[in-house]
Amino acid sequence: MTETSTDPASSDTTSARQKTLAILAAASSEAVAEKFNQLTTPSYDLVRKPETGLVMVRGRMGGTGSPFNLGEVTVTRCVVRLETGETGNAYSLGRNKQKALQSAVIDALWQRSEIRGQIEADIITPLAAAQEADKTAVKHETEATKVNFFTMVRGDN
Amino acid sequence: MYVAVKGGEKAISNAHKLLAKRRRGDTSVPSLTLDQIAQQLAHSVARVMGEGSLYDETLTALAIKQSRGDLIEAAFLIRAYRTTLPRFGYSQPIDTAQMLVERRISATYKDLPGGQVLGPTFDYSHRLLDFALAAEDDGVELPVETAPTLNDAMPRVTDLLGDEGLMEPDPDTVEDAPVGDLTREPLSFPADRDLRLQNLARGDEGFLLALAYSTQRGYGRTHPFAGEIRYGEVEVEFFAEELGFAVTLGTIKVTECQMINQFKGSAKAAPTFTRGYGLVFGQVERKAMSMAMVDRSMRVHELGEEQTAPAQDIEFVLSHSDNIQATGFVEHLKLPHYVDFQAELDLVRRMRAEWFEKRDQENNGEAAQEAAE
Repeated sequence: MTETSTDPASSDTTSARQKTLAILAAASSEAVAEKFNQLTTPSYDLVRKPETGLVMVRGRMGGTGSPFNLGEVTVTRCVVRLETGETGNAYSLGRNKQKALQSAVIDALWQRSEIRGQIEADIITPLAAAQEADKTAVKHETEATKVNFFTMVRGDN
Repeated sequence: MYVAVKGGEKAISNAHKLLAKRRRGDTSVPSLTLDQIAQQLAHSVARVMGEGSLYDETLTALAIKQSRGDLIEAAFLIRAYRTTLPRFGYSQPIDTAQMLVERRISATYKDLPGGQVLGPTFDYSHRLLDFALAAEDDGVELPVETAPTLNDAMPRVTDLLGDEGLMEPDPDTVEDAPVGDLTREPLSFPADRDLRLQNLARGDEGFLLALAYSTQRGYGRTHPFAGEIRYGEVEVEFFAEELGFAVTLGTIKVTECQMINQFKGSAKAAPTFTRGYGLVFGQVERKAMSMAMVDRSMRVHELGEEQTAPAQDIEFVLSHSDNIQATGFVEHLKLPHYVDFQAELDLVRRMRAEWFEKRDQENNGEAAQEAAE
Protein backbone atom coordinates (compact mmCIF):
# COMPACT_ATOMS: atom_id res chain seq x y z
CA MET A 1 0.00 0.00 0.00
CA THR A 2 1.31 3.43 -0.85
CA GLU A 3 1.79 6.17 1.68
CA THR A 4 -0.95 8.35 0.25
CA SER A 5 -3.66 5.71 0.30
CA THR A 6 -3.26 5.13 4.06
CA ASP A 7 -3.92 8.79 4.72
CA PRO A 8 -7.58 9.01 5.80
CA ALA A 9 -8.26 12.28 3.98
CA SER A 10 -6.87 10.79 0.79
CA SER A 11 -8.86 7.57 1.08
CA ASP A 12 -12.02 9.64 1.64
CA THR A 13 -11.20 11.49 -1.56
CA THR A 14 -10.56 8.19 -3.35
CA SER A 15 -13.90 6.86 -2.24
CA ALA A 16 -15.68 10.08 -3.28
CA ARG A 17 -13.91 9.96 -6.64
CA GLN A 18 -14.90 6.32 -7.10
CA LYS A 19 -18.52 7.34 -6.58
CA THR A 20 -18.15 10.19 -9.07
CA LEU A 21 -16.63 7.90 -11.67
CA ALA A 22 -19.35 5.30 -11.08
CA ILE A 23 -22.11 7.88 -11.54
CA LEU A 24 -20.55 9.16 -14.76
CA ALA A 25 -20.10 5.59 -16.00
CA ALA A 26 -23.72 4.71 -15.25
CA ALA A 27 -25.08 7.82 -17.00
CA SER A 28 -26.22 7.64 -20.61
CA SER A 29 -24.06 9.36 -23.22
CA GLU A 30 -26.89 11.87 -23.78
CA ALA A 31 -27.02 12.75 -20.07
CA VAL A 32 -23.24 13.23 -19.87
CA ALA A 33 -23.24 15.34 -23.06
CA GLU A 34 -26.03 17.54 -21.73
CA LYS A 35 -24.12 18.25 -18.52
CA PHE A 36 -20.81 18.67 -20.31
CA ASN A 37 -22.28 21.22 -22.71
CA GLN A 38 -23.32 23.40 -19.79
CA LEU A 39 -19.67 23.65 -18.68
CA THR A 40 -17.13 26.16 -19.78
CA THR A 41 -14.83 23.63 -21.40
CA PRO A 42 -11.33 23.90 -19.96
CA SER A 43 -8.30 23.36 -22.15
CA TYR A 44 -6.86 19.88 -21.77
CA ASP A 45 -4.46 17.42 -23.35
CA LEU A 46 -5.34 13.86 -24.26
CA VAL A 47 -3.08 11.59 -22.23
CA ARG A 48 -4.85 8.53 -23.59
CA LYS A 49 -7.31 9.17 -26.35
CA PRO A 50 -10.69 7.45 -26.02
CA GLU A 51 -10.14 3.76 -26.59
CA THR A 52 -12.58 0.84 -26.71
CA GLY A 53 -11.52 -2.57 -25.46
CA LEU A 54 -12.71 -5.59 -23.58
CA VAL A 55 -12.91 -6.55 -19.93
CA MET A 56 -13.52 -10.18 -19.08
CA VAL A 57 -16.26 -10.32 -16.47
CA ARG A 58 -15.84 -12.84 -13.71
CA GLY A 59 -18.43 -14.66 -11.69
CA ARG A 60 -18.02 -16.99 -8.74
CA MET A 61 -18.75 -20.72 -8.74
CA GLY A 62 -21.98 -21.20 -6.84
CA GLY A 63 -22.15 -17.45 -6.19
CA THR A 64 -19.47 -17.32 -3.48
CA GLY A 65 -16.77 -19.76 -4.60
CA SER A 66 -13.66 -19.36 -6.72
CA PRO A 67 -13.80 -17.02 -9.70
CA PHE A 68 -14.47 -18.13 -13.28
CA ASN A 69 -14.67 -16.18 -16.52
CA LEU A 70 -18.26 -15.47 -17.55
CA GLY A 71 -17.81 -13.44 -20.75
CA GLU A 72 -16.57 -10.09 -21.93
CA VAL A 73 -17.99 -6.58 -21.95
CA THR A 74 -17.03 -3.67 -24.17
CA VAL A 75 -15.43 -0.84 -22.21
CA THR A 76 -14.29 2.61 -23.31
CA ARG A 77 -11.69 4.57 -21.38
CA CYS A 78 -9.95 7.90 -21.69
CA VAL A 79 -7.40 10.01 -19.77
CA VAL A 80 -7.08 13.79 -20.03
CA ARG A 81 -4.84 16.36 -18.32
CA LEU A 82 -6.04 19.87 -17.66
CA GLU A 83 -3.83 22.88 -18.22
CA THR A 84 -3.90 23.26 -14.44
CA GLY A 85 -2.39 19.78 -14.03
CA GLU A 86 -5.27 17.57 -12.88
CA THR A 87 -5.60 14.19 -14.58
CA GLY A 88 -9.11 12.95 -15.27
CA ASN A 89 -10.03 9.35 -16.07
CA ALA A 90 -13.06 7.64 -17.48
CA TYR A 91 -14.01 3.99 -17.66
CA SER A 92 -17.45 2.85 -18.69
CA LEU A 93 -19.30 0.02 -20.38
CA GLY A 94 -20.05 0.44 -24.05
CA ARG A 95 -18.32 2.03 -27.00
CA ASN A 96 -19.15 5.70 -26.71
CA LYS A 97 -15.91 7.65 -27.11
CA GLN A 98 -17.49 11.07 -26.69
CA LYS A 99 -18.93 10.03 -23.35
CA ALA A 100 -15.51 8.75 -22.24
CA LEU A 101 -13.81 12.00 -23.19
CA GLN A 102 -16.44 14.20 -21.57
CA SER A 103 -16.51 12.05 -18.41
CA ALA A 104 -12.72 12.26 -18.12
CA VAL A 105 -12.84 16.07 -18.37
CA ILE A 106 -15.57 16.21 -15.72
CA ASP A 107 -13.51 13.93 -13.46
CA ALA A 108 -10.49 16.21 -13.90
CA LEU A 109 -12.53 19.30 -13.06
CA TRP A 110 -13.98 17.52 -10.02
CA GLN A 111 -10.45 17.18 -8.68
CA ARG A 112 -9.96 20.94 -8.59
CA SER A 113 -11.03 21.59 -5.03
CA GLU A 114 -12.22 25.14 -5.76
CA ILE A 115 -14.87 23.94 -8.23
CA ARG A 116 -15.59 20.45 -6.88
CA GLY A 117 -18.69 21.74 -5.10
CA GLN A 118 -20.04 23.19 -8.30
CA ILE A 119 -19.36 20.02 -10.32
CA GLU A 120 -21.04 17.98 -7.59
CA ALA A 121 -24.08 20.26 -7.48
CA ASP A 122 -24.51 20.76 -11.23
CA ILE A 123 -23.53 17.37 -12.57
CA ILE A 124 -22.91 14.54 -10.14
CA THR A 125 -25.81 15.01 -7.74
CA PRO A 126 -28.50 15.38 -10.44
CA LEU A 127 -27.15 12.38 -12.38
CA ALA A 128 -27.08 10.30 -9.21
CA ALA A 129 -30.61 11.37 -8.32
CA ALA A 130 -31.90 10.38 -11.78
CA GLN A 131 -30.16 7.01 -11.52
CA GLU A 132 -31.56 6.44 -8.05
CA ALA A 133 -35.06 7.31 -9.28
CA ASP A 134 -34.75 4.81 -12.13
CA LYS A 135 -33.67 2.11 -9.69
CA THR A 136 -36.51 2.91 -7.33
CA ALA A 137 -39.02 2.72 -10.19
CA VAL A 138 -37.72 -0.75 -11.11
CA LYS A 139 -37.89 -1.83 -7.47
CA HIS A 140 -41.47 -0.64 -7.11
CA GLU A 141 -42.60 -2.31 -10.31
CA THR A 142 -40.88 -5.50 -9.23
CA GLU A 143 -42.33 -5.37 -5.72
CA ALA A 144 -45.87 -5.39 -7.15
CA THR A 145 -45.13 -8.89 -8.53
CA LYS A 146 -44.20 -10.32 -5.13
CA VAL A 147 -46.28 -13.33 -4.18
CA ASN A 148 -48.25 -13.03 -0.95
CA PHE A 149 -48.97 -16.60 0.04
CA PHE A 150 -51.95 -17.20 2.23
CA THR A 151 -53.09 -20.45 3.71
CA MET A 152 -56.65 -21.62 3.45
CA VAL A 153 -57.63 -22.86 6.90
CA ARG A 154 -60.00 -25.78 6.64
CA GLY A 155 -62.33 -25.93 9.60
CA ASP A 156 -62.94 -29.37 11.10
CA ASN A 157 -66.07 -28.27 12.93
CA MET B 1 -1.11 -32.11 -59.94
CA TYR B 2 -2.76 -29.09 -58.31
CA VAL B 3 -5.35 -27.28 -60.39
CA ALA B 4 -6.39 -23.86 -59.15
CA VAL B 5 -10.07 -23.28 -59.69
CA LYS B 6 -11.19 -19.71 -60.18
CA GLY B 7 -14.30 -18.10 -61.49
CA GLY B 8 -16.50 -17.73 -58.43
CA GLU B 9 -15.63 -14.12 -57.72
CA LYS B 10 -18.33 -12.49 -59.79
CA ALA B 11 -20.96 -14.93 -58.59
CA ILE B 12 -19.94 -14.30 -54.97
CA SER B 13 -20.02 -10.55 -55.38
CA ASN B 14 -23.47 -10.74 -56.96
CA ALA B 15 -24.65 -13.09 -54.23
CA HIS B 16 -23.54 -10.54 -51.60
CA LYS B 17 -25.59 -7.86 -53.32
CA LEU B 18 -28.59 -10.14 -53.55
CA LEU B 19 -28.28 -11.06 -49.87
CA ALA B 20 -28.22 -7.37 -48.94
CA LYS B 21 -31.37 -6.78 -50.99
CA ARG B 22 -33.19 -9.79 -49.56
CA ARG B 23 -32.08 -8.85 -46.04
CA ARG B 24 -33.65 -5.43 -46.37
CA GLY B 25 -36.78 -6.83 -48.00
CA ASP B 26 -39.59 -4.60 -49.23
CA THR B 27 -38.36 -1.02 -48.91
CA SER B 28 -41.88 0.27 -48.38
CA VAL B 29 -41.64 -1.42 -44.96
CA PRO B 30 -39.58 0.62 -42.45
CA SER B 31 -36.11 -0.69 -41.65
CA LEU B 32 -35.57 -2.09 -38.14
CA THR B 33 -33.67 0.22 -35.81
CA LEU B 34 -31.09 -1.16 -33.39
CA ASP B 35 -33.06 0.24 -30.46
CA GLN B 36 -36.13 -1.64 -31.61
CA ILE B 37 -34.17 -4.89 -31.71
CA ALA B 38 -32.36 -4.27 -28.41
CA GLN B 39 -35.56 -3.44 -26.55
CA GLN B 40 -38.27 -5.49 -28.22
CA LEU B 41 -36.25 -8.62 -29.01
CA ALA B 42 -34.44 -8.61 -25.66
CA HIS B 43 -34.34 -12.41 -25.38
CA SER B 44 -32.74 -12.79 -28.80
CA VAL B 45 -30.19 -10.14 -27.86
CA ALA B 46 -29.47 -11.86 -24.53
CA ARG B 47 -28.97 -15.20 -26.23
CA VAL B 48 -26.53 -13.78 -28.76
CA MET B 49 -24.60 -11.87 -26.07
CA GLY B 50 -24.26 -15.10 -24.09
CA GLU B 51 -23.25 -17.34 -26.96
CA GLY B 52 -21.15 -14.62 -28.58
CA SER B 53 -19.62 -14.16 -25.11
CA LEU B 54 -19.72 -10.37 -25.30
CA TYR B 55 -22.15 -8.10 -23.46
CA ASP B 56 -23.02 -5.14 -25.68
CA GLU B 57 -26.68 -4.66 -26.52
CA THR B 58 -26.43 -2.30 -29.49
CA LEU B 59 -23.60 -4.22 -31.09
CA THR B 60 -25.61 -7.41 -30.71
CA ALA B 61 -28.71 -5.74 -32.14
CA LEU B 62 -26.62 -4.84 -35.18
CA ALA B 63 -25.42 -8.43 -35.49
CA ILE B 64 -29.00 -9.70 -35.36
CA LYS B 65 -30.10 -7.21 -38.00
CA GLN B 66 -27.17 -8.07 -40.25
CA SER B 67 -27.74 -11.81 -39.86
CA ARG B 68 -31.48 -11.50 -40.65
CA GLY B 69 -32.29 -12.92 -37.24
CA ASP B 70 -30.04 -15.99 -37.57
CA LEU B 71 -28.87 -15.99 -33.97
CA ILE B 72 -25.94 -18.36 -34.40
CA GLU B 73 -24.70 -16.28 -37.34
CA ALA B 74 -25.13 -13.20 -35.11
CA ALA B 75 -23.10 -14.80 -32.32
CA PHE B 76 -20.43 -15.64 -34.91
CA LEU B 77 -20.29 -11.96 -35.96
CA ILE B 78 -19.92 -10.94 -32.32
CA ARG B 79 -17.12 -13.44 -31.69
CA ALA B 80 -15.33 -12.18 -34.79
CA TYR B 81 -15.73 -8.55 -33.72
CA ARG B 82 -14.32 -9.13 -30.25
CA THR B 83 -11.03 -10.33 -31.72
CA THR B 84 -10.49 -6.80 -33.10
CA LEU B 85 -10.45 -5.21 -29.63
CA PRO B 86 -7.65 -5.08 -27.06
CA ARG B 87 -8.22 -6.74 -23.68
CA PHE B 88 -7.97 -4.30 -20.77
CA GLY B 89 -8.08 -7.04 -18.15
CA TYR B 90 -10.39 -8.97 -15.86
CA SER B 91 -13.19 -7.61 -13.71
CA GLN B 92 -13.57 -8.22 -10.01
CA PRO B 93 -15.97 -11.16 -9.58
CA ILE B 94 -19.55 -9.87 -9.73
CA ASP B 95 -21.57 -10.16 -6.52
CA THR B 96 -25.00 -11.57 -7.31
CA ALA B 97 -26.12 -11.05 -3.68
CA GLN B 98 -26.01 -7.30 -4.40
CA MET B 99 -28.20 -7.64 -7.50
CA LEU B 100 -30.94 -5.12 -8.27
CA VAL B 101 -33.40 -8.00 -8.49
CA GLU B 102 -36.15 -7.91 -11.12
CA ARG B 103 -37.18 -11.50 -10.65
CA ARG B 104 -36.42 -14.08 -8.01
CA ILE B 105 -38.13 -17.37 -7.40
CA SER B 106 -37.42 -20.48 -5.43
CA ALA B 107 -39.14 -23.80 -6.07
CA THR B 108 -37.87 -25.17 -2.76
CA TYR B 109 -38.58 -22.50 -0.12
CA LYS B 110 -41.93 -20.74 -0.11
CA ASP B 111 -41.21 -18.19 2.60
CA LEU B 112 -37.63 -17.19 1.98
CA PRO B 113 -36.46 -13.70 3.02
CA GLY B 114 -37.13 -11.24 0.23
CA GLY B 115 -40.00 -13.38 -1.00
CA GLN B 116 -40.94 -14.80 -4.36
CA VAL B 117 -40.85 -12.02 -6.92
CA LEU B 118 -42.22 -12.99 -10.32
CA GLY B 119 -41.04 -10.04 -12.39
CA PRO B 120 -41.39 -10.15 -16.18
CA THR B 121 -41.98 -13.82 -17.06
CA PHE B 122 -43.81 -16.02 -19.55
CA ASP B 123 -44.29 -18.68 -16.86
CA TYR B 124 -47.89 -17.92 -15.97
CA SER B 125 -49.15 -16.83 -19.38
CA HIS B 126 -51.40 -18.90 -21.60
CA ARG B 127 -49.58 -19.81 -24.76
CA LEU B 128 -52.19 -18.09 -26.89
CA LEU B 129 -51.27 -15.70 -29.66
CA ASP B 130 -52.11 -12.13 -28.75
CA PHE B 131 -53.51 -10.64 -31.94
CA ALA B 132 -53.57 -7.21 -30.37
CA LEU B 133 -49.80 -7.18 -30.94
CA ALA B 134 -50.36 -7.65 -34.66
CA ALA B 135 -52.17 -4.32 -34.80
CA GLU B 136 -50.09 -1.17 -35.20
CA ASP B 137 -48.47 -0.23 -31.91
CA ASP B 138 -49.57 3.26 -30.97
CA GLY B 139 -46.68 3.79 -28.58
CA VAL B 140 -48.88 4.25 -25.54
CA GLU B 141 -47.15 3.20 -22.38
CA LEU B 142 -48.73 0.14 -20.81
CA PRO B 143 -49.75 0.57 -17.19
CA VAL B 144 -48.14 -1.58 -14.51
CA GLU B 145 -48.77 -1.83 -10.81
CA THR B 146 -46.20 -0.56 -8.34
CA ALA B 147 -45.74 -1.18 -4.64
CA PRO B 148 -43.39 0.39 -2.13
CA THR B 149 -40.43 -1.76 -1.19
CA LEU B 150 -40.31 -2.46 2.52
CA ASN B 151 -37.10 -4.41 2.67
CA ASP B 152 -35.02 -4.95 -0.41
CA ALA B 153 -32.54 -7.38 1.12
CA MET B 154 -32.63 -10.54 -0.93
CA PRO B 155 -30.07 -13.03 0.32
CA ARG B 156 -29.27 -15.97 -1.91
CA VAL B 157 -31.09 -19.16 -0.94
CA THR B 158 -27.86 -21.09 -0.73
CA ASP B 159 -26.46 -18.56 1.77
CA LEU B 160 -29.45 -19.19 4.03
CA LEU B 161 -29.16 -22.94 4.12
CA GLY B 162 -25.48 -23.41 4.70
CA ASP B 163 -26.06 -23.25 8.45
CA GLU B 164 -27.48 -26.71 8.99
CA GLY B 165 -24.80 -28.43 6.97
CA LEU B 166 -27.50 -29.87 4.71
CA MET B 167 -26.25 -27.82 1.80
CA GLU B 168 -22.84 -28.29 0.31
CA PRO B 169 -20.85 -25.06 0.73
CA ASP B 170 -19.01 -23.52 -2.18
CA PRO B 171 -15.45 -24.84 -2.28
CA ASP B 172 -12.93 -22.67 -0.45
CA THR B 173 -11.86 -19.74 -2.55
CA VAL B 174 -8.30 -19.35 -3.60
CA GLU B 175 -8.22 -15.72 -4.72
CA ASP B 176 -4.80 -15.69 -6.33
CA ALA B 177 -5.10 -19.01 -8.10
CA PRO B 178 -4.98 -18.70 -11.89
CA VAL B 179 -8.42 -18.74 -13.53
CA GLY B 180 -8.68 -20.64 -16.81
CA ASP B 181 -9.67 -18.57 -19.82
CA LEU B 182 -10.85 -20.21 -23.04
CA THR B 183 -10.22 -17.01 -24.98
CA ARG B 184 -6.53 -17.29 -24.15
CA GLU B 185 -5.83 -21.03 -24.01
CA PRO B 186 -7.60 -23.62 -26.13
CA LEU B 187 -9.68 -26.14 -24.21
CA SER B 188 -7.71 -29.09 -22.86
CA PHE B 189 -8.63 -32.00 -20.66
CA PRO B 190 -9.11 -32.70 -17.82
CA ALA B 191 -10.95 -29.37 -17.56
CA ASP B 192 -11.48 -27.88 -14.12
CA ARG B 193 -14.74 -26.32 -13.05
CA ASP B 194 -13.67 -22.75 -13.92
CA LEU B 195 -13.14 -23.75 -17.55
CA ARG B 196 -16.29 -25.86 -17.56
CA LEU B 197 -18.42 -22.97 -16.33
CA GLN B 198 -16.92 -20.57 -18.87
CA ASN B 199 -17.57 -23.10 -21.62
CA LEU B 200 -21.18 -23.61 -20.50
CA ALA B 201 -21.80 -19.87 -20.14
CA ARG B 202 -21.01 -19.41 -23.82
CA GLY B 203 -22.43 -22.77 -24.91
CA ASP B 204 -25.42 -23.31 -27.15
CA GLU B 205 -28.72 -23.01 -25.34
CA GLY B 206 -30.32 -25.82 -27.34
CA PHE B 207 -27.44 -28.22 -26.70
CA LEU B 208 -27.40 -27.53 -22.96
CA LEU B 209 -31.19 -27.78 -22.79
CA ALA B 210 -31.12 -31.20 -24.46
CA LEU B 211 -28.37 -32.45 -22.15
CA ALA B 212 -30.16 -31.16 -19.05
CA TYR B 213 -33.35 -32.83 -20.26
CA SER B 214 -31.49 -36.09 -20.80
CA THR B 215 -30.45 -36.11 -17.12
CA GLN B 216 -34.09 -35.69 -16.10
CA ARG B 217 -35.10 -38.59 -18.31
CA GLY B 218 -32.64 -40.90 -16.60
CA TYR B 219 -29.32 -40.52 -18.38
CA GLY B 220 -27.28 -39.61 -15.30
CA ARG B 221 -30.09 -38.58 -12.99
CA THR B 222 -29.31 -35.84 -10.43
CA HIS B 223 -32.78 -35.13 -8.91
CA PRO B 224 -32.66 -31.37 -9.40
CA PHE B 225 -34.72 -28.71 -7.64
CA ALA B 226 -34.65 -25.07 -8.68
CA GLY B 227 -33.32 -23.73 -5.38
CA GLU B 228 -33.26 -20.22 -6.71
CA ILE B 229 -33.42 -18.33 -9.98
CA ARG B 230 -32.71 -14.62 -9.91
CA TYR B 231 -32.44 -12.06 -12.65
CA GLY B 232 -31.43 -8.42 -12.48
CA GLU B 233 -28.66 -5.88 -12.66
CA VAL B 234 -25.21 -6.29 -11.13
CA GLU B 235 -22.33 -3.86 -11.07
CA VAL B 236 -19.11 -4.66 -12.87
CA GLU B 237 -15.98 -3.41 -11.12
CA PHE B 238 -12.52 -3.24 -12.62
CA PHE B 239 -9.23 -2.53 -10.89
CA ALA B 240 -7.63 0.28 -12.89
CA GLU B 241 -3.85 -0.04 -12.49
CA GLU B 242 -3.15 3.58 -13.39
CA LEU B 243 -5.58 4.83 -10.75
CA GLY B 244 -4.66 2.32 -8.07
CA PHE B 245 -8.28 1.65 -7.17
CA ALA B 246 -11.34 -0.17 -8.51
CA VAL B 247 -13.78 1.65 -10.75
CA THR B 248 -17.39 0.70 -11.42
CA LEU B 249 -17.79 0.26 -15.18
CA GLY B 250 -21.58 0.13 -15.08
CA THR B 251 -24.20 -2.57 -14.73
CA ILE B 252 -25.04 -5.68 -16.71
CA LYS B 253 -28.08 -7.93 -16.46
CA VAL B 254 -27.54 -11.55 -15.59
CA THR B 255 -29.58 -14.62 -14.68
CA GLU B 256 -28.30 -16.87 -11.92
CA CYS B 257 -29.59 -20.34 -11.15
CA GLN B 258 -28.83 -22.41 -8.08
CA MET B 259 -29.90 -25.97 -8.73
CA ILE B 260 -30.10 -28.20 -5.65
CA ASN B 261 -29.45 -31.89 -6.16
CA GLN B 262 -29.39 -35.10 -4.20
CA PHE B 263 -26.20 -36.69 -3.01
CA LYS B 264 -26.13 -40.01 -1.22
CA GLY B 265 -22.84 -39.33 0.46
CA SER B 266 -19.57 -41.20 0.23
CA ALA B 267 -16.91 -42.63 2.51
CA LYS B 268 -15.51 -39.10 2.90
CA ALA B 269 -18.70 -37.02 2.98
CA ALA B 270 -22.04 -37.34 4.78
CA PRO B 271 -25.21 -37.23 2.70
CA THR B 272 -26.05 -33.66 1.77
CA PHE B 273 -27.59 -31.61 -0.96
CA THR B 274 -25.17 -30.70 -3.70
CA ARG B 275 -25.40 -27.82 -6.14
CA GLY B 276 -25.06 -26.99 -9.76
CA TYR B 277 -24.52 -23.40 -10.82
CA GLY B 278 -25.72 -21.42 -13.80
CA LEU B 279 -24.84 -17.81 -14.64
CA VAL B 280 -25.57 -16.18 -17.99
CA PHE B 281 -25.84 -12.72 -19.55
CA GLY B 282 -29.36 -11.29 -19.79
CA GLN B 283 -32.65 -12.94 -18.93
CA VAL B 284 -32.09 -16.45 -20.22
CA GLU B 285 -33.58 -18.70 -17.57
CA ARG B 286 -33.86 -21.82 -19.67
CA LYS B 287 -30.13 -21.73 -20.30
CA ALA B 288 -29.18 -20.77 -16.73
CA MET B 289 -31.17 -23.78 -15.47
CA SER B 290 -29.70 -26.11 -18.10
CA MET B 291 -26.21 -24.83 -17.33
CA ALA B 292 -26.69 -25.52 -13.62
CA MET B 293 -27.91 -29.05 -14.30
CA VAL B 294 -25.07 -29.86 -16.69
CA ASP B 295 -22.53 -28.27 -14.31
CA ARG B 296 -23.78 -30.61 -11.59
CA SER B 297 -23.67 -33.61 -13.92
CA MET B 298 -20.06 -32.92 -14.82
CA ARG B 299 -19.09 -32.98 -11.13
CA VAL B 300 -19.47 -36.76 -11.35
CA HIS B 301 -15.85 -37.60 -10.58
CA GLU B 302 -15.42 -34.98 -7.85
CA LEU B 303 -18.46 -36.44 -6.03
CA GLY B 304 -17.39 -40.04 -6.59
CA GLU B 305 -20.39 -40.92 -8.72
CA GLU B 306 -20.44 -43.42 -11.55
CA GLN B 307 -20.19 -41.96 -15.05
CA THR B 308 -22.87 -43.52 -17.22
CA ALA B 309 -24.37 -40.77 -19.36
CA PRO B 310 -23.41 -38.18 -22.00
CA ALA B 311 -24.14 -35.19 -19.71
CA GLN B 312 -21.50 -36.50 -17.28
CA ASP B 313 -18.84 -36.87 -19.96
CA ILE B 314 -16.81 -33.69 -19.59
CA GLU B 315 -14.92 -34.07 -22.85
CA PHE B 316 -18.08 -34.84 -24.81
CA VAL B 317 -20.03 -31.91 -23.34
CA LEU B 318 -17.32 -29.28 -23.55
CA SER B 319 -16.17 -30.29 -27.03
CA HIS B 320 -19.63 -29.97 -28.54
CA SER B 321 -21.28 -27.10 -26.65
CA ASP B 322 -19.85 -24.24 -28.69
CA ASN B 323 -22.19 -23.51 -31.58
CA ILE B 324 -19.66 -21.31 -33.38
CA GLN B 325 -17.19 -24.19 -33.59
CA ALA B 326 -19.96 -26.65 -34.36
CA THR B 327 -21.49 -24.58 -37.12
CA GLY B 328 -18.04 -23.93 -38.60
CA PHE B 329 -17.29 -27.60 -38.93
CA VAL B 330 -20.73 -28.69 -40.09
CA GLU B 331 -21.19 -25.82 -42.53
CA HIS B 332 -17.71 -26.05 -43.99
CA LEU B 333 -19.06 -29.08 -45.84
CA LYS B 334 -20.71 -26.57 -48.17
CA LEU B 335 -17.32 -25.36 -49.37
CA PRO B 336 -15.83 -26.92 -52.51
CA HIS B 337 -14.39 -30.36 -51.83
CA TYR B 338 -13.92 -31.07 -55.54
CA VAL B 339 -10.36 -32.38 -55.26
CA ASP B 340 -11.10 -34.51 -52.17
CA PHE B 341 -14.16 -35.87 -53.83
CA GLN B 342 -12.31 -36.60 -57.09
CA ALA B 343 -9.83 -38.70 -55.14
CA GLU B 344 -12.70 -40.55 -53.45
CA LEU B 345 -14.36 -41.11 -56.83
CA ASP B 346 -11.21 -42.67 -58.22
CA LEU B 347 -10.90 -44.87 -55.17
CA VAL B 348 -14.51 -46.08 -55.31
CA ARG B 349 -14.18 -46.79 -59.07
CA ARG B 350 -11.06 -48.85 -58.43
CA MET B 351 -12.66 -50.72 -55.55
CA ARG B 352 -15.73 -51.48 -57.63
CA ALA B 353 -13.60 -52.72 -60.52
CA GLU B 354 -11.74 -55.03 -58.14
CA TRP B 355 -15.00 -56.23 -56.60
CA PHE B 356 -16.54 -57.09 -59.98
CA GLU B 357 -13.32 -58.74 -61.13
CA LYS B 358 -13.20 -60.87 -58.01
CA ARG B 359 -16.88 -61.83 -58.37
CA ASP B 360 -16.43 -62.79 -61.99
CA GLN B 361 -13.40 -64.90 -61.12
CA GLU B 362 -15.38 -66.68 -58.39
CA ASN B 363 -18.34 -67.23 -60.74
CA ASN B 364 -16.04 -68.57 -63.40
CA GLY B 365 -14.32 -70.79 -60.85
CA GLU B 366 -17.65 -72.19 -59.66
CA ALA B 367 -18.87 -72.73 -63.22
CA ALA B 368 -15.66 -74.53 -64.08
CA GLN B 369 -16.00 -76.70 -60.96
CA GLU B 370 -19.65 -77.53 -61.75
CA ALA B 371 -18.68 -78.38 -65.30
CA ALA B 372 -15.90 -80.62 -63.99
CA GLU B 373 -18.38 -82.39 -61.71
